[in-house]
Amino acid sequence: MKSSLVNMVLSLGIITVVAAAALAGVYTATKEPIAQAKAEKQKAAIGQVLPDIQFNNNPADEASEVTVDGETVTVFPARQDGELVGIAVESHDTNGFSGLITVMYGFNPAGDITGYAVMQHAETPGLGSKMGEWFCNPAHSIIGLNPATSNLTVSKDGGDVDAITAATISSRAFLRALTLANQASQQFAAQQ
Amino acid sequence: MNDKLKILFNGIIAENPTFVLMLGMCPTLGTTGSALNGMSMGLATMAVLICSNVVISLIKNFVPSKVRIPAYIVVIAAFVSVLQLVMEAYVPSLYATLGIFIPLIVVNCIVLGRAEAFASRHGVLDSCLDGIGIGLGFTIALTLLGAVREFLGTGKIFDLTIYPEQFGSLVFVLAPGAFIALGLLIALFSKLRAKSC
Amino acid sequence: MLEYISIIITAIFVNNIVFAQFLGICPFIGVSRKLSSAVGMGAAVTFVMLLATAITWLLQDLVLTPFGLGFMQTIVFILVIAALVQMLEIILKKIAPVLYSALGVFLPLITTNCAVLGVAITVVQKGMNLGESIVYAFATAVGFTMAIAIFAGIREQLAWTSVPKAMRGVPIAMICAGLLAMAFMGFSGIKIG
Repeated sequence: MKSSLVNMVLSLGIITVVAAAALAGVYTATKEPIAQAKAEKQKAAIGQVLPDIQFNNNPADEASEVTVDGETVTVFPARQDGELVGIAVESHDTNGFSGLITVMYGFNPAGDITGYAVMQHAETPGLGSKMGEWFCNPAHSIIGLNPATSNLTVSKDGGDVDAITAATISSRAFLRALTLANQASQQFAAQQ
Repeated sequence: MNDKLKILFNGIIAENPTFVLMLGMCPTLGTTGSALNGMSMGLATMAVLICSNVVISLIKNFVPSKVRIPAYIVVIAAFVSVLQLVMEAYVPSLYATLGIFIPLIVVNCIVLGRAEAFASRHGVLDSCLDGIGIGLGFTIALTLLGAVREFLGTGKIFDLTIYPEQFGSLVFVLAPGAFIALGLLIALFSKLRAKSC
Repeated sequence: MLEYISIIITAIFVNNIVFAQFLGICPFIGVSRKLSSAVGMGAAVTFVMLLATAITWLLQDLVLTPFGLGFMQTIVFILVIAALVQMLEIILKKIAPVLYSALGVFLPLITTNCAVLGVAITVVQKGMNLGESIVYAFATAVGFTMAIAIFAGIREQLAWTSVPKAMRGVPIAMICAGLLAMAFMGFSGIKIG
């Protein structure tokens, strides 16, 4: 087709408007499912980190932000008939091997670690990325430990936790996020 | 009928986008840490390729030739954005794994290249077949590369353990292994092609 | 100040755009046969990446986010980059013909260089501010230029060696790139500050 200024502007304009309209349509249609998928992921993670705890509220509805040493994390309280029976904390650390890691940790009212779920990370495949399985493997599990009585740093730093083989930096980031989560859950429980 | 099959198979062997045309190298290297990721990326690209090929062959007569490239880019970008939203809604974990490579389909040379070289000159059906063929060729290449890297690196293919993980050579999952495995696969492919011709 | 230095070192060495992020591979393979053209490509990418990142960051901050149009990001960004490259071509031709004759041939290739769009999207995703974004874009482009220049140097030597027939051209180049990537892995994990 021959190009003239009018038909060039017109055809590009029409294509852009149609594309934008179609996109807006798809955006509206997928808005709900996207929000739902996010909420479900969060809910599944909360259930995963508080495995043996019965609760009948929706922790995501009572989420609150807690700031410890300038870092803000999200705390999800689990309650059975109004009584606090567990706390899930979505914590993070920016000094993983490849930057940010986000992990959800669960604590029971005594302060023991009940579980964790890695929400987001960019660690090296096959090394740091093993954190999802490593710290719940019975050989070097952190589950059931209490931060008040255990030294939750890697053994290289004098702590009680075995670092992931060849991924000390990722392990340290994981444990720093855990410490932050623990402090936040303590602070939250004290306010109740 | 024969012509149609020829178009379809053209993209898988004669003009395989990865091994012969060597286009779209970024996702080829970046998303093939495992066979499954490679295959998902291939299928995502194929979806965009088919849709954009069809639409572009439909509108090719209404677009003035001087602005055809920007017009094609808008069409492709729209389909990529739709794919992004749909993946985020229904396969969020896959969307998170493939990350930035999903929006980057828009600058994948294969998609714009087929629009310009094929869809803008052929009918709707042929363009659709070309999209399927090239898309399949890309998907096969990515799955193959992903499988090789996963196998050598972790002893698995599609998460099925073939040999114990500690015997794997992790470098194949990491960045250097991507380049080396792809280099060897391209060499192998051109050797096989040279023999069969 | 320290965070800017950290961004620069990370973007050039630790998280190199070619060897660690796999972006910009097409020009990396395609325009690396000669050192001079590799450096030209690097300079053109630096120029476009800086401008594109600054403009798309402002667009995201002033238009897309306030009006809830985040879903239009991909379409808007690629159009801005395409238009920017076209305009640069015209402007350079008029006001700086010397620069144009050096960079001109590479400009049309840059629209489909995924490194440019990749960086524009990355800075938004990471929530960087304008200053950080520009520093990051510049450092990433320097990392790209360095990678493609080193690679072109190797390929110039490679042209004189005898290589098995099937390995000639791209396959052997890929393997060299793999070895280079391995060398760059030595930088990984380095933290500043």
